[in-house]
Amino acid sequence: MSSPADAKLVVVGTSLGGMRALEIILRGLGHDFPLPVCVVQHRGADWDGQQSQLTRLLQLHCALPVVEAGDKEPMVGGRIYLAPADYHLLVDDGVLALSVDGRVLHARPSIDVLFESAAEAYREGVLAVLLTGASSDGTAGAQRVKRRGGTVIAQDPRSCESPVMPQSAITAGVVDRVLPLEEIAPFLNVAAVTHR
Amino acid sequence: MAPEGDKTPPPPPMVVLDGGRQDEPPLTPPPRRDGEPLRPRDEELETIELQLLTEAVFRRYGLDFRNYALASLRRRVHLAMHEERVTTISALTDRLLHDPPAMERLLLRLSINVTAMFRDPGFFLALRTKVVDSLRSHPFVRIWHAGCSTGEEVYSMAILLQEEGIYDRCRIYATDFNEVALQRARDGIVSLDSMQEYSTNYLRAGGHGSLSDYYTANYGHAIFRASLRKNVVFSQHNLVTDGSFNEFNLILCRNVMIYFNEQLQNRVHQLLYGSLRRYGVLGLGRKETLRGSPHMYDYEILDDNERLFRRPR
Repeated sequence: MSSPADAKLVVVGTSLGGMRALEIILRGLGHDFPLPVCVVQHRGADWDGQQSQLTRLLQLHCALPVVEAGDKEPMVGGRIYLAPADYHLLVDDGVLALSVDGRVLHARPSIDVLFESAAEAYREGVLAVLLTGASSDGTAGAQRVKRRGGTVIAQDPRSCESPVMPQSAITAGVVDRVLPLEEIAPFLNVAAVTHR
Repeated sequence: MAPEGDKTPPPPPMVVLDGGRQDEPPLTPPPRRDGEPLRPRDEELETIELQLLTEAVFRRYGLDFRNYALASLRRRVHLAMHEERVTTISALTDRLLHDPPAMERLLLRLSINVTAMFRDPGFFLALRTKVVDSLRSHPFVRIWHAGCSTGEEVYSMAILLQEEGIYDRCRIYATDFNEVALQRARDGIVSLDSMQEYSTNYLRAGGHGSLSDYYTANYGHAIFRASLRKNVVFSQHNLVTDGSFNEFNLILCRNVMIYFNEQLQNRVHQLLYGSLRRYGVLGLGRKETLRGSPHMYDYEILDDNERLFRRPR
């Protein structure tokens, strides 16, 4: 595992049960958290309204600004960027990017797509977090993060509403740290501050 | 990294391959002194390989992907590497240079954008409620679908116009630079599996009847009624290189520019603005903005949420 001192970006993926898990993590991030955080939360191909509602709900639990990711938007430290419904979220050097490429493992946004793009653009600077979820989306992405020298954290499957997603990555042998839900934000806080 | 001090020899002339990002370092490392071990630049090797690939494709085939946005381009190239069973981008470049069918396959990957009927129903609802009435006042209406891909949104538009009773005075120019995608659009055949999702979209978009009124089902496919494309002209047009070809009352260019870098987005925005008539309306994808458009302040906002903008004069 690379030193978290290299951390430049946090990417988070989750599906079933993700709302509650995200709330707990976002609430735990320091108000001066210095890194950008990109989040993919699976949900049905929905439409008007629902998206902004998700952003608003998460904002209730977070001192940092929670926004929906826009295409070519420059990434700012201490901001939480949510993948919009029905778009893949990718990152490039310092900016966000969106795509409408086909679904991956039935998902758009896809966790694999976010993690893979982060791994290519930020290499060892990536802190990837896989939370509760009912599909194996994220495992291939975590693999890429590992191969490029980044760090992968998985929520302890025993603390998950649905253990499939983190368990899949753990079984694939691409996880550095398995942490109970409550310990993930403190870990990120330390990793990010060390970076400073 | 910026060269340090005055003693550093000036960098060789810069070849701008990617749209000339301001912070791009010179593409060549400083000259090596005799006997010194090679020191590869600490620049991302794959970025070099990607630039070389797009440059090779441009020079060999005249297809210009040099100003495509890096993140999606990289992902699609990685998928192509997997498909072609090569392990580096350079190996893929080698294949592309020597094997035109491999280039055909990559072309499909890079240029066919996934689309759906009545994608973002709220957008089509806003077209009905906020745009159609202004089109009604014209005796003849020209509409441009720029980057129509396989045509699902073109048929959606045709249905909407028929239901609003103005289809007969409209002409829809549906363009894409990929001939394979255009042919699919002309055929107007989609998988029956998708129709359930499309039907839901259609109703949310304010559809008056049933989507099944507009197609016949046949062996797992939905074939659109020929009357829907009666006033549609499908033709090849490349937003990267081609210019304006008419003036339009309505232009849709949705989820096309997200694949372009800012420089190319800027070009396309100029092209679209220049192709709009006075009071013409521009519709973008749900997450696209006018940011980066040289005409950002020349539009008035018709519907902020649905990304509908009007050229005031």
